[in-house]
Amino acid sequence: MEETLSNINRRNFLKFTGITGAGLIIGLSFKSNNGFAEIAKPGDDAALYDLTPFIMIEKSGAITIFNPRPEMGQGTFQSIPSLIAEELEVPLDGVTIKQTGGQKIFGRGQFAGGSSSVRSDYFTLRKAGASAREMLVKAASQQWKVPVEECYAGDAKVFHKPSGKSIGYGDLAEAASKLEVPKDPKLKDPKDFKLLGKKTMRPDIPLKSSGKAVFGIDVEVPGMVYASIEHCPVFGAKMVSYDDTAAKKVKGVLSVETCDRIFGKYKHEGIAVIADNYWAAYQGRKALSVKWDYQGNENFNSTEYDQSLRDLAKKEGVVDHEKGNFDKAYNEAGVKIDAFYETPIVSHSPIEPMNCVASWYDDNKLEIWASTQVPGDLASSLPKGHGIPEENVKVNVLFSGGAFGRRLYNDVIDEAVQLSKKIRKPVKVIWSREDDTQLGPFRPMTYSAMKGALSSDGKVVAFQHKVISPSINASEHENYDKTKPDRTMTEGISEQKYDFQNMKNMYVNAESHIPFAAWRAVTSTTLAFAHECFVDELAVKANKNPMEFRLAMIPQDSDTANVLRKLKEVSNWDKALPNGWGRGVAQYEFFAGLAGYVVEVSKNGNGIKIEKAYAVIDLGTVVNPDMVKNQVEGAATMALSAAIKNGITFDKGHTIQTNYNNNPIVRINEMPVVEVHILANGGPKIKGVGEPGLPPFAPALCNAVFAATGKRIRRLPFDINNV
Amino acid sequence: MPEYTLNVNNKNYKVDVDQQMPLLWVIRDFVGLKGTKFGCGISQCGACTIHLDGTPVRACRLPVTAAAGKKITTIEGISENIDHAVQKAWIEMQVPQCGYCQSGQIMSAVALLKNKPKPTDADIDAAMRGNLCRCGTYQRIRSAIHRAAELI
Repeated sequence: MEETLSNINRRNFLKFTGITGAGLIIGLSFKSNNGFAEIAKPGDDAALYDLTPFIMIEKSGAITIFNPRPEMGQGTFQSIPSLIAEELEVPLDGVTIKQTGGQKIFGRGQFAGGSSSVRSDYFTLRKAGASAREMLVKAASQQWKVPVEECYAGDAKVFHKPSGKSIGYGDLAEAASKLEVPKDPKLKDPKDFKLLGKKTMRPDIPLKSSGKAVFGIDVEVPGMVYASIEHCPVFGAKMVSYDDTAAKKVKGVLSVETCDRIFGKYKHEGIAVIADNYWAAYQGRKALSVKWDYQGNENFNSTEYDQSLRDLAKKEGVVDHEKGNFDKAYNEAGVKIDAFYETPIVSHSPIEPMNCVASWYDDNKLEIWASTQVPGDLASSLPKGHGIPEENVKVNVLFSGGAFGRRLYNDVIDEAVQLSKKIRKPVKVIWSREDDTQLGPFRPMTYSAMKGALSSDGKVVAFQHKVISPSINASEHENYDKTKPDRTMTEGISEQKYDFQNMKNMYVNAESHIPFAAWRAVTSTTLAFAHECFVDELAVKANKNPMEFRLAMIPQDSDTANVLRKLKEVSNWDKALPNGWGRGVAQYEFFAGLAGYVVEVSKNGNGIKIEKAYAVIDLGTVVNPDMVKNQVEGAATMALSAAIKNGITFDKGHTIQTNYNNNPIVRINEMPVVEVHILANGGPKIKGVGEPGLPPFAPALCNAVFAATGKRIRRLPFDINNV
Repeated sequence: MPEYTLNVNNKNYKVDVDQQMPLLWVIRDFVGLKGTKFGCGISQCGACTIHLDGTPVRACRLPVTAAAGKKITTIEGISENIDHAVQKAWIEMQVPQCGYCQSGQIMSAVALLKNKPKPTDADIDAAMRGNLCRCGTYQRIRSAIHRAAELI
């Protein structure tokens, strides 16, 4: 990426942000897009993104840092501003952090997903901070008429070393803003870091420990009304008619309107009951009587669909990756194993239900208040569907009460916009937990047909991972081409560092009418289970220690080897466990990064008890180690839910599960201790944090179950009380 | 609609709402305190946990009629300056991620420590298992409750 720094056009800045009193504003000018386009889905003209200002220093001394990365629990509310604050030499508790709302001026990287925030911004935002610092130091040296080398910045002030005098940033801002922006500012030596790499306290945590943090669902604007929307419980249905007589009799109900839930290629009709409070809207919605034509989709059920996936495994599929000659090596080998692995559909289920406030004003201006992962996409693509220019839209980004991929999608936000456009009042749409559980979009299941062959000395001579699944891409886009490899659905299976001499990985697409979507760590969350459990099966067949078997197949100088060696050390892998215990190991590398686990379990009646998990995440560079640990602890919890809780199934076209009672997630009493270790040796390598802790957990757990009980788990979810 | 007088955080509020309306929506949309959260509506997730005469209850299933005349405490009512021992421990242990469930977690933890000033892990499991956290901060919640027990 090529970027240059410049002072931004002040008039434009005021126009976009409405902030006055500014002295110095520093930005980055992006000459090319900054990657991750597949998640950002920008699709607009890069040349428009002229300036992306991130720092504002006012004459009063007030400092604002603009944060383009939405906060959904992953810590960007601190990690991103601290990149700037470190170089700018300001304490983080002395600045105001403002979330940007998708405005062009802040660039196209305004989204959170793919564990990409710190990876994308690490150098560019440090550079923005360093440039501002150099300008402020230069302004001070000019004012004092002393050599710039005698001045340095610290604690939002510039100091003159020989005399000890100092001057605050606010008093320098105006003079600094008239200086040329340094093209190549000097970044700090990491050994001088005060914030980066340290355990620092997150500024959002006091707010989140006192009920003061404002989430999307908490927004209130004058004149606002509430909507609860009835959708068809069967995907792919058409509305025939509805009767709203009873709904309109509910006290507080104002009107009933139709809207469309637009997700990817799907458009699902909805009937919204609008009221002066949420409870009345929800009661009114329950009083609706709707006739649907299910279009034959009422025959859909999980039992038959799951079987159809097993049948599809017989197909050859599209080759995703090929090395050597798998067929020959497999056919000629003396020792072979085949195994079939299955995973369930799961829901995102963030505790903050989907919601949005939208206000369509009379001059065709639109204002949106939302917990969203994609303010950039929201501000650029949503107005197109409503025939208004991007400039007419203002997006206010609130804290997300969990997202996990669900808030990459604008379906609920669009419903609020449609309704406000119809009634010309601010509308707050809240989906119920039942709506969230039953309507998706969901993480798709993947089934994996595995084949492996061993040489007489126990080396893997042939390996095959064939994925059979419905596709996220097919759900999101029309004209999906099932004859081409679908790399989202084969994520990571050809990227592991094992030196399999002959390998052939394939993909077989299964058609579906269910809306599917990215879920935290996307398809790696299911494929790692099959991949790393099957590697374990091969180790057992070769009569080798699963840790040593893996280490012998990977380059010793690779990050994967470092992760495994660290796991071996911290888990005391070579130390014998008590009788009835077992331990399992797994690692997985994919677009977001690399992590591994050793899990220890013990027999517990017919089931097992998880005693402890050891995690190692490979980062290279770390911003806040404590936050990384929290993320990995959380990823393990989410992975455990997906491994042992029932997931989403269908009968008569309906989603069977409705709420947390029958679509449970792990509770505190079910969660073992997770001990997290970070590999961060510095240098230019930066890997993601939010997602890599998820994929290797389930296979490490299931490999431990095998070690303790001799039972090989090949289908998730499994019953932890009866294996 | 009938009028109810609610005592929330030692302040009286007159509200004119349907008698079946759950206390959660009265607190959020009529009293205007947004710290108490909606998560499931069926007492499964605990995001709406408040205290009724000192006892933790789920406000999402409690009709407003059941709360009238009682002392209601919400997350906003446990301290003026975010300095309750439980809040201090939450900050020290850096518990929250997204933070959405944490009002409910804290209200359950405050009630637990009132009854059991030095809770064991088993006590914590029993008192906190009604509060879901999708981000998975359970390990830190446990540590923070032990820490709060020291601070009280």
